Amino acid sequence: MFSKGLRPLAVAAVVTTLAAFALVFFYAPLDADQGFVQKIFYVHVPMAIVALGGFVAAGIMAIKHLRTGDSSWDLRSYVAIHLSIILGTGVLITGAIWAKASWGHWWVWDEPVLVSFLIVFLLYCVYYPLRFSIEDPERQARYSSVFAIAAGAFVPINFTAVRLAEAVTHPRVLSQTGGSLPGEMRLTFLVCILAMTLLFVTLWKLELTAKRTSAQLKRLRSRLELRAQAAG
Amino acid sequence: MIRTAAAVLRKDLLIEWRTKEAVPAMALFTVTVYVLFHFGLDRDSLDGELASGVLWVTLLLAAVIGVTRLFAAEREQGGLDAFLLAPVDRTAMFVAKAAALFVYLVALEIVAVPAFAVLLLGPDLFDGLPELVLILLLADVGLAAVGALVSALAAESRARELIVPLLLLPLVVPLLIGAASATEPLFRAGGEPEDLGRYLALLGGYDLVFLLIALAVFDFLLDD
Amino acid sequence: MPALPLDEAGKYVAGAYTVFLALIVIYVAIIGAKIARIERQVSELLELTDEDAAERPGGERASVG
Repeated sequence: MFSKGLRPLAVAAVVTTLAAFALVFFYAPLDADQGFVQKIFYVHVPMAIVALGGFVAAGIMAIKHLRTGDSSWDLRSYVAIHLSIILGTGVLITGAIWAKASWGHWWVWDEPVLVSFLIVFLLYCVYYPLRFSIEDPERQARYSSVFAIAAGAFVPINFTAVRLAEAVTHPRVLSQTGGSLPGEMRLTFLVCILAMTLLFVTLWKLELTAKRTSAQLKRLRSRLELRAQAAG
Repeated sequence: MIRTAAAVLRKDLLIEWRTKEAVPAMALFTVTVYVLFHFGLDRDSLDGELASGVLWVTLLLAAVIGVTRLFAAEREQGGLDAFLLAPVDRTAMFVAKAAALFVYLVALEIVAVPAFAVLLLGPDLFDGLPELVLILLLADVGLAAVGALVSALAAESRARELIVPLLLLPLVVPLLIGAASATEPLFRAGGEPEDLGRYLALLGGYDLVFLLIALAVFDFLLDD
Repeated sequence: MPALPLDEAGKYVAGAYTVFLALIVIYVAIIGAKIARIERQVSELLELTDEDAAERPGGERASVG
């Protein structure tokens, strides 16, 4: 049921990613200030945007779960958060690499996106211990959804707050994330975001299918065991 | 709903008044941390952003204690079951618990802020006092709402004492940003507020959003 | 800070893109392992029910399609 459309999606994701790579290295012009290092921006920022989008989407799926009581929404929400956390580690690592290459330090507090991302990341890491320390499965799903909703709403508030704080202490001279990008850079950037989104959705569907199949297998096995017991 | 909430609130405040468990512990913790900061920072007095930061971070850490204990009475004595059997919605419980936490925080600050002024604050506290009170109250509303929500979320967890700080502290970062940034100019000699409106707006917005979220989702928590 | 020369910058950029690819590859590998486990369990179950199938007349036919 989840694997419907997985193959064309995967193909689209791979094609777009390859196109994005080509654009980044052969089409987008070299940045005047940062030079070649600026190319990291094309992988770091789309990862951040998609990860944050994943968190917010997980919150929406959690709302659906609480409203309908259908546990497949909880599964979708869980996988989305799971994937976003993995992307999140990538964001932090590539962010650190970019910071080191641009400013000489492995971390900078000047970039509100990076800083607010760290806070969001720390929050969502608590999803696992919270989820798995609740034993009853139905309650586990319900509480996880409440968390996903509160945390999803937290993402934009946090970003605004951090940006507000940084605007006063560190006036942002270089606006790397969006804003005034020349045409070729903007196109490349958008394609990168598209590629990252397609990748995210593909991997999300992939993991959902695997989990679903695994659950179905468990049910099949227990049914067969019951039948064997009844017969033998 | 209001009547139920008021009843639960009165019960909680009575218990706290009689047992004196949460608030004295929070106050003692706060003063102890001030002493730690004195030695850790090797400073006799603080001002400006350092003072603001120390005050607010300490308050937040003390709040963790209050939040962890918020549903303790219900858990230990099974009061929750009796409440849930009654035909009232859980929102009343949220309002009561958030209000209780708000009262604890205010009580804490009545002790903690003067203690801070005496032990660590360089400039005179009274310079920015009215604005400081306003900031404290706004921050307390947000802390109470988020704290009640987190406390309920962690209530069913085996690892309650660990989950509460891990959940609460990232969630209150925007609140910390707003409160500390607003307090910082008040703790300078002269104590003139700067950009106060901007930070009060942030605090107010935060309070509103989390109150609404908590009210919306609380029904899905605390069952049996 | 002035822009790094191309060879130094290249290392950082390569590092960043490698991190990205590594995450995806590791993830797909983990999912692949999960699917392998599922396949193994399915064939186990098929064996388990082979005994039932053998007792029934007519047997089974493996289908290509």
